[in-house]
Amino acid sequence: MTRLFISRDSTALSLGAEQVADAFTQHTADRGQSVEIVRNGSRGLFWLEPLVEVETPQGRVAYGPVQEEDVAALLDAGLLEGKPHPLYLGNIEELPYFKNQNRLTFARVGITDPVSLGDYLANDGYKGLKNALALQPAEIVKHVTDSGLRGRGGAAFPTGIKWNTVLNASGEQKYIVCNADEGDSGTFSDRMIMEGDPFVLIEGMTIAGIAVGATQGYIYLRVEYPHAKIALNQAIEAAYKNGYLGENIQGSGKTFHLEVRSGAGAYVCGEETSLLESLEGKRGLVRFKPPLPAIVGLFGKPTIVNNVISLASVPIILDKGGEFYKNYGMGRSRGTLPLQLAGNIKHPGLFEAAFGMTLRELLYDYGGGSASGRPIRAVQVGGPLGAYMPESQFDTPLDYEAFAAIGAVLGHGGLVVHDDTTNLADMARYAMEFCVEESCGKCTPCRIGSTRGVEVIDRIVADVDKAKNTELLRDLCDTMLCGSLCAMGGMTPYPVLSALNHFPEDFGLHPTKA
Amino acid sequence: MQNYQTQQSTVLEILDAHRTMPGSLLPILHGIQDTLGYIPPAAVADIASSLNLSQAEVHGVISFYHYFRDTPPGKHTVRICRAESCQSMNSKALENHAKQVLGIDYHETTADQTFSLEPVYCLGNCACSPSITIDDQVFGRVTPDKFDSLLAKFKGA
Ligand SMILES: Cc1cc2nc3c(=O)[nH]c(=O)nc-3n(C[C@H](O)[C@H](O)[C@H](O)COP(=O)(O)O)c2cc1C
Ligand code: SF4
Ligand code: FES
Repeated sequence: MTRLFISRDSTALSLGAEQVADAFTQHTADRGQSVEIVRNGSRGLFWLEPLVEVETPQGRVAYGPVQEEDVAALLDAGLLEGKPHPLYLGNIEELPYFKNQNRLTFARVGITDPVSLGDYLANDGYKGLKNALALQPAEIVKHVTDSGLRGRGGAAFPTGIKWNTVLNASGEQKYIVCNADEGDSGTFSDRMIMEGDPFVLIEGMTIAGIAVGATQGYIYLRVEYPHAKIALNQAIEAAYKNGYLGENIQGSGKTFHLEVRSGAGAYVCGEETSLLESLEGKRGLVRFKPPLPAIVGLFGKPTIVNNVISLASVPIILDKGGEFYKNYGMGRSRGTLPLQLAGNIKHPGLFEAAFGMTLRELLYDYGGGSASGRPIRAVQVGGPLGAYMPESQFDTPLDYEAFAAIGAVLGHGGLVVHDDTTNLADMARYAMEFCVEESCGKCTPCRIGSTRGVEVIDRIVADVDKAKNTELLRDLCDTMLCGSLCAMGGMTPYPVLSALNHFPEDFGLHPTKA
Repeated sequence: MQNYQTQQSTVLEILDAHRTMPGSLLPILHGIQDTLGYIPPAAVADIASSLNLSQAEVHGVISFYHYFRDTPPGKHTVRICRAESCQSMNSKALENHAKQVLGIDYHETTADQTFSLEPVYCLGNCACSPSITIDDQVFGRVTPDKFDSLLAKFKGA
């Protein structure tokens, strides 16, 4: 029996992976060849999806991108024996794009069957939990603190400190909430983990629960991710059946329950307090802080709210130790960040690397430049609230502090590439429009300011009182920066001001400032 | 539009199934929309009394979330991604094309009730923008031509 691997990842499906898998089933049956098709996650080299890998005695051999009409010719050429064909790629792990990554969190994604507990266990799964069960809660938290892991959801707050607060908070009930709202444009690493290795998230949340004494977890998943929901629920069911969730986990006497809850299309529900309101069944209005969710969180109880990648990075930390993880990275940015290359880029995909690479290396050495072949003009890093970076900033190392120093953010590690046909005044206007659309409405600078922002940008572009309106736009951005309760209103000025500062010509302005 | 009397038993069943669930309002609304295609305005009173909330509170929640709708959708729902990555790959042209061939704007349904058109902000498919979904299926690198052939396929289905 020959094993074929064809992804069930959303992006692979969006390019026809399902039809390719069906074609292989059909054609091999017609030819009397016996194959098993494993629906794995994606390796993350999306320009090669749908990718087909075949297991041969010499190892895995890949072909891609494969369309259903290629299948017959591939079988004729001897794909099942790993023979040559124009779509032959060899061992995917030998391609520089894959080989030069540091895959810690994504170690299994694209390799295993995402919902097979057997595959997970055979590939170092649940080793972190095993270690955690032998430790005292404070020792587990110490590993996470020592690792230097900072929240991957955007704010980069040290995860160990958050856990410690919940550990020390008193309460008969505590919760672990996974923020799987991933609404930023250009980001898909959370989705890829949930679709490609859901057990690693489940394990991370279970360890978090044991560390702080929380017996119930919720994954707040955006409704735009139906495939992730299916994979998570399949994996959760398998974990319950095999004693990895529920009462008395692996005979330890510890309890942890886990449930997936769907969001309903509100970007602001990614903000942690708004998310908690939503989980409680309310409108997603942002809460005032303090009190912190770590003290008064879900249903008023101490709660850890962490991003998917933050939690999915915990198993390897508990498996190999905090020091191991900390050895990757630079400065105060430790470990690895799953970077996501998107937009107008030749080689889009997921690239997990230690902090410290430059944007330029990533864009050109791995990303291969723009998809259109035109010059890259601007890159928005960190989602819709992130700054537009011009070419002069492409040598910035990927490091939280280095980005902050130039008024940019790394955020969730998403890069959206724009070529020279993009008008940055349009993008600035869109940033304000997005804020109008998604504001929770609690504070005036965000709710009303964004509407005014759209109008002011329109006047600048239409050349109405240009100087006066540009000054007004800067004032407005200042008010939003200082007067907003959360980063929705407080960071919308980042894309707007960066566009205005670095691309004034798109607003019909003369370059004044550097 | 359907008569609520024929839908009420479904709503009551869903309410009953969620009786003990903490924070049950969103799961209930999803349950109703998944089964009926939308949340009938007449259901608000039943939801409110079951959860001991005011009707205004329930209505406030439904209207806060973009995903919930209070009118029946067409047979298929087309969602076009309007976010930055898709814009960088010219989703604007795709949006204009879609509105033109469907003859409707966002939040509208074609006269023959076949397609509803909705905007969406990122599908996590940014590695092959522009992206759309039709019902639960995602499609990447959607050109106007590809859009037309997808429509033709769903129209027949
Ligand atoms: C408007 C807004 C949207 C956000 N969206 C997300 C999101 O989709 N996912 C996420 O993990 N964090 C998001 N955050 C950050 C969260 O508020 C919070 O910092 C994070 O979930 C904490 O987890 P971490 O420490 O593991 O990053 C958002 C913040 C704001 C202000
Ligand atoms: S800044 Fe905007 S989204 Fe954030 S709390 Fe204020 S109104 Fe709500
Ligand atoms: S921006 Fe369109 S799929 Fe992400």
